[in-house]
Amino acid sequence: MKILVCISHVPDTTSKINFTDGDSKFDTNGVQYVINPNDEFGLTRAMWFKEKQGASVDVVNVGGAETEPTLRKALAIGADSAIRVNTEAKDGFQVAKELAKVVKDGGYDLVIAGRESIDYNGGMVPGMLAELTGANFVTNCINLEVEGTNATATREIDGGKETVATSLPLVIGGQKGLVEESDLRIPNMRGIMMARKKPLNVVDAANAEPETASIKFEKPAPKGAVTLVDAGNLDELVNLLHNEAKVI
Amino acid sequence: MSVLVYTESENGKFKKTALEVASYAKAVATQLGTTVTAVTVNAADTSELANYGVDKILNVTNSALEKFSAKSYAAVIKQAAEKEGAKVVVVSQSADSKYLAPLLAVGLDAGYASNVMEAPSSTSPFTVKRTAFTNKAFNITTINTDVKVVGLSNNSFGLVESSASATSEDFAPTLPEAGVTVQSVDKATDTVTIADAEIVVSAGRGLKGPENWGMIEELAGVLGAATACSKPVSDLGWRPHSEHVGQTGKPVAANLYIAIGISGAIQHLAGINASKVKVVINTDPEAPFFKAADYGVVGDAFEVVPALIEKLKAFKAANA
Repeated sequence: MKILVCISHVPDTTSKINFTDGDSKFDTNGVQYVINPNDEFGLTRAMWFKEKQGASVDVVNVGGAETEPTLRKALAIGADSAIRVNTEAKDGFQVAKELAKVVKDGGYDLVIAGRESIDYNGGMVPGMLAELTGANFVTNCINLEVEGTNATATREIDGGKETVATSLPLVIGGQKGLVEESDLRIPNMRGIMMARKKPLNVVDAANAEPETASIKFEKPAPKGAVTLVDAGNLDELVNLLHNEAKVI
Repeated sequence: MSVLVYTESENGKFKKTALEVASYAKAVATQLGTTVTAVTVNAADTSELANYGVDKILNVTNSALEKFSAKSYAAVIKQAAEKEGAKVVVVSQSADSKYLAPLLAVGLDAGYASNVMEAPSSTSPFTVKRTAFTNKAFNITTINTDVKVVGLSNNSFGLVESSASATSEDFAPTLPEAGVTVQSVDKATDTVTIADAEIVVSAGRGLKGPENWGMIEELAGVLGAATACSKPVSDLGWRPHSEHVGQTGKPVAANLYIAIGISGAIQHLAGINASKVKVVINTDPEAPFFKAADYGVVGDAFEVVPALIEKLKAFKAANA
């Protein structure tokens, strides 16, 4: 089985979010970048398929040279090779179109992407990629088994979960639950050394066009101070929620 | 060139979000000077939609659509959009709608903006405000394609009644091979889900163990709320992952979010930023959550929550 794991290069979850250039660009100053957490669960599941079922695992990112340390980290975790599509995509549709070319050129059986990236939260790339490549698609995936060309997946739904049967080629949008968080892998020294020798292929973009444009960013208005209510006077809390906040 | 809205139903009955996306579609249609067409799938009674500005209803009734299939549902909505010449298609941000929307966007060659918060600030160019960075910021986005798909964040626009007299017709689209077959569904049918909830009651490690969740469920019951939890609680297995709120869990855009025994890690706060009113109950007055909260009670959850339940019961009885 030939697996491709899509890796988003995103600000660490604790990053302060600021903007620059008239609030049109994300301010990268002082920001640590990581593998998108949803992708990290998928990468670890891909490693399981590699070790238990002999799958090959490539990773891919659509982005500039600054994303290469993130791809190297994925190689250090155990991916066989990496692909960087050399363009700075403007929206998820453009990313999906660029990835579709990689998937078609590489003849992948299974593509694992995160259900969404934690920066733009579009949640569109895996589904668009599936549709563009004609593959089956399951998102919010919290379990995945593959036997031959048949797959069984469990996905989270509102208020519960459902299990589905499908077949390869398949794209999944993975998330926490795909593997246990305790099973996520931290690159060790041997992995980091080996990653240096693994191929990281930079390919030209297909010059796909975006369908949307980001104009500017805004931050939420500063919040006022909390109104503290005495624990012995909860009538006051009920009163505030009813008369002031008007939420009960 | 109407605005098309997909109005989700469950067991034949519309979800609250269906009425919210209809309200939103009406606002967009008014801006564009056009009408609203709703597409429904196996809905039992569609008369309610007219109260939210829907002018025309396309009823799809098909036993093959009893279980959700993203590919089939996207095909239904695509064919409805083409039939109506829709330039804007509105869906909710339920798990199912988020699943089908990217497939629909590719099918219509449409730009897709998800997590949209407000009616468009402009329709030419079509400009919307959406959440980004897990609710830590907003992104102003234009959709530049002829046809546009908008995913409306739940509880962001609200319900806006608008009397209209809707016409109704049966619609029988062609279904593709689904490719994905539902084998089993494990879902609590008698509780409010986080996605649909206007009020969410959430608890953290301060509850000390899963055996203490009875009072959280009771509080949620009094308020008609969904229950949720912090990441450590889900990691410890006290509560299912489907209740985990935060950056790697579920985002919550409720009208009221009550956090009990949750200190307020930055990843958790990111997940609840879109909620309108936040109440924190915590023994530690230095807990970071108090800085993000509107109302706070410094106190022991095991004393405050039972007392609050009694106060709310009395309030409900007095205001019934």
